[in-house]
Amino acid sequence: MTDAYGVVSRPVRLDYTFTAGKALSRFLTIIEGGKIIGQRCPKCAKVYVPARGSCPTCGVATAEAVEVKDRGIVTTFCIVNIPFPGMAVKPPFAAASVLLDGADIAIFHLLQEVPVENVRMGLRVEAVWKPASEMEMSMESIAYFKPTGEPDAPYDSYKDLL
Amino acid sequence: MRDVAVVGFAQTAYARSELELNETEMLMPVIHQALERGGIPQKEIGFTVSGSCDYLAGQPFAFVMALDAVGAWPPIRESHVEMDGAWALYEAWVRLQCGDIDSALVYAFGKSSLGDIRDVLTLQLDPYYTQPLWPDSVSMAALQARATLDAGKATEREMAEIAARSRRDARANAAAQVTGDFNADALLAERYISSPLRKHDCPPISDGAAAIVLAAGDLAQRVSKRPAWITGIDHRVEAHGLGMRDLTASASTRIAGERAGVGEGKVDVAELHAPFTHQEIILREALGLDDDVRVNPSGGALAANAVMVAGLTRIGEAAQRIIDGDANRVVAHATSGPCLQQNLVCVMEGRS
Amino acid sequence: MSNRVAVIGVGQTKYASKRPDVSIAGLLREAAQRALDDAGLTYADIDAVVIGKAPDMFEGVMMPELYLADALGANGKPIMRVHTAGSVGGSTAIVASHLVEAGIHERVLTVAFEKQSESDAMWALTVRPPFQPSTVGGAGGYFAPYIRAYMRRSGAPADTGMRTVVKDRLNALKNPYAHLHQPDITLEQVAASPMLWDPIRYAETCPSSDGACAMVLASESAAAKAPGKPAWVHGTAMRSEPTMFAGRDQVNPQAGQDCARDVYKAAGITNPRKEIDCAEIYVPFSWFEAMWMENLGIAPLGEGWKMVQEGATGMDGDFPVNMSGGVLSSNPIGASGMIRYAEAAMQVRGTAGEHQLDGVRKAMGHAYGGGSQFFSMWIVGSEKP
Repeated sequence: MTDAYGVVSRPVRLDYTFTAGKALSRFLTIIEGGKIIGQRCPKCAKVYVPARGSCPTCGVATAEAVEVKDRGIVTTFCIVNIPFPGMAVKPPFAAASVLLDGADIAIFHLLQEVPVENVRMGLRVEAVWKPASEMEMSMESIAYFKPTGEPDAPYDSYKDLL
Repeated sequence: MRDVAVVGFAQTAYARSELELNETEMLMPVIHQALERGGIPQKEIGFTVSGSCDYLAGQPFAFVMALDAVGAWPPIRESHVEMDGAWALYEAWVRLQCGDIDSALVYAFGKSSLGDIRDVLTLQLDPYYTQPLWPDSVSMAALQARATLDAGKATEREMAEIAARSRRDARANAAAQVTGDFNADALLAERYISSPLRKHDCPPISDGAAAIVLAAGDLAQRVSKRPAWITGIDHRVEAHGLGMRDLTASASTRIAGERAGVGEGKVDVAELHAPFTHQEIILREALGLDDDVRVNPSGGALAANAVMVAGLTRIGEAAQRIIDGDANRVVAHATSGPCLQQNLVCVMEGRS
Repeated sequence: MSNRVAVIGVGQTKYASKRPDVSIAGLLREAAQRALDDAGLTYADIDAVVIGKAPDMFEGVMMPELYLADALGANGKPIMRVHTAGSVGGSTAIVASHLVEAGIHERVLTVAFEKQSESDAMWALTVRPPFQPSTVGGAGGYFAPYIRAYMRRSGAPADTGMRTVVKDRLNALKNPYAHLHQPDITLEQVAASPMLWDPIRYAETCPSSDGACAMVLASESAAAKAPGKPAWVHGTAMRSEPTMFAGRDQVNPQAGQDCARDVYKAAGITNPRKEIDCAEIYVPFSWFEAMWMENLGIAPLGEGWKMVQEGATGMDGDFPVNMSGGVLSSNPIGASGMIRYAEAAMQVRGTAGEHQLDGVRKAMGHAYGGGSQFFSMWIVGSEKP
């Protein structure tokens, strides 16, 4: 069908100025210094990382800052085998949900320094930070996570916190 | 139809650019306030529906994270329209007509400041014939204003007076963004930005959010001393192409107004979503409003125009007049699309 | 207050990766005209139009109901545009059905569509503010970890997802509108396809399609005048939960469970597996068939995969799923949910052609969206509720 019709490409360009918001701005400012903060919900006491200024289940503002560790548990993962636009590293690599110690919700990040066939649920991992000169106001200040060598976390300890 | 009323309304103070808060943070206090004023806790709300637009936010699925402001747990009955919040309110009103639930939370949010709103709105146009010419929203409104002037339906002085009145009235509205004592002569001395429109003929660029709580029948009476009962609500669209309709009239507003029953009683206050001064003149005529109807005591869209929010705000402002006991019968109007292409009319009454 | 609602017309386009032969409006009209023809009506008979689609950025047209008003004969009438992420096709039909149920309109035209070829859908999905973390793994990278979690939790055999794919793609051969027609598909072939996002293989993902689906919904009196047999709406439900929260179960989301409970209650169903004859379920990645069987309470918890393995979801099983070939065979995103609803209606009307099952009295349509946080469902029947 395509061959019978001409196609005209007409690019549209729109520029936007985004606003991170109060909570996320604070998180981004602090992560540039190599620390990770979340926020505790005043109602359910869950710690959210990154802090987003609200507890999505209670629908209330969160203010209390809580520092969490830069290490945690791989709660689940996938192996990415195909290249796609904007990719940070060459496939295959593992992308994992990492439940940081002290947090009640996992973040999604890259896993390295471990063969993909050895990646597993329950693996203990820690952040590998970028060199100070490359730190930025972004989750990408963490270059990736790598195994700590600690024993795996038992399934029951994280099965409800994917 | 089942009796449904606005029982709670809240809005942000609108700003040219809300740099500190993201959409969720901006929205949350407004939702809390509307629920508190409506006297219905979030966990007891039967249906939640919102209006917003990805192209304003500059990212797909912009409404998804906004749900964090609600506290949607346990899971809620929820929907979203990619339209002004006024249409979300219409969906909620329809949902309440089905009879199995008694209350609804409606909210809208939008930051017009993130992109160049004049260009962003161009993407609403026919993608094959019109959009490639890149006409911006103010220029399109100027075409309509010119046609309206040439048809003898308005004068530039009348337009300036509408701007002056709106911004004078807006002084009493804490949420308004552009307020002050303006004089039509001084305004008319200013230069055109897109002839025949001067700056005062155009809406400000606004960021903000609004929320409304609806309740049906007995529940409305229980939670509110004076609910703003919706006696009629209807919306209509007309041809998209500017050359295919009479730009100096609003046929869709006229039909919606008739079906909502605007003419069936005395109107005390009308909140009209007229982002451009000449559009107020067109809308008054389409709705058949008498000269003694008080139009836009809030200052209207000329005082604050958060795109996707401003229509819902008109319903909230009009309802608030009833809730506060300042009016008995009000008309609210919302618009969408280039040069008043789509219009919604809501008539509300107080009964006590 | 509540009025009966019937589906009296269904129309679909042929789903394909590109439809350069029609404009966006032309694509919608193709489906809408077929639905009107089926209902024996013209645009003039329609009281209101409700359209739905996924993000505007897929076509590059903001709030397209404005541009589409003319093409859909909506001038002088109400038109609305629903957007609830991937569940939108279903939600759109529900919003339209409420207009009839509430007694506001007699005949409502509802159309859901996506014309991803008009813009760059991959680009549209990856637009993100600079401070938001990158998606790290692409679209499938978001879902794959939850499939892995399901496999771990249920102990399902590794070929479960592949069985769903083969079943759906073979069903698609009987559906002339389906995008993918792969007559030679086998388990071995699926197993040999590239592992994109381990545990998801290429053959286990849905295609990207252009397409539209339309329905005419009518009141009882309007349905009485329709030329064909109507499908009666027995129940509708929509449920949402937040996207990210502590303890969220993305394998078996509460919103999906609640949505199913609501729709069964509305339709007076106590044993869904027995009382519902077949279902069109939103399965964009193979494993979601097994997962949703549990989520919807069709299979006991942890046993959804058994239905797949035993062939219960096949055309000759006790609970056939995706007779049309499902999302795994055609995926015009915004329309995919409405296709599920329309196919369910076709089954109870007896108009599904080669993929028609015998004697369907009740059928279910299901859609979900985003990160499994938005759900919408309906149940239709051959008899009045």
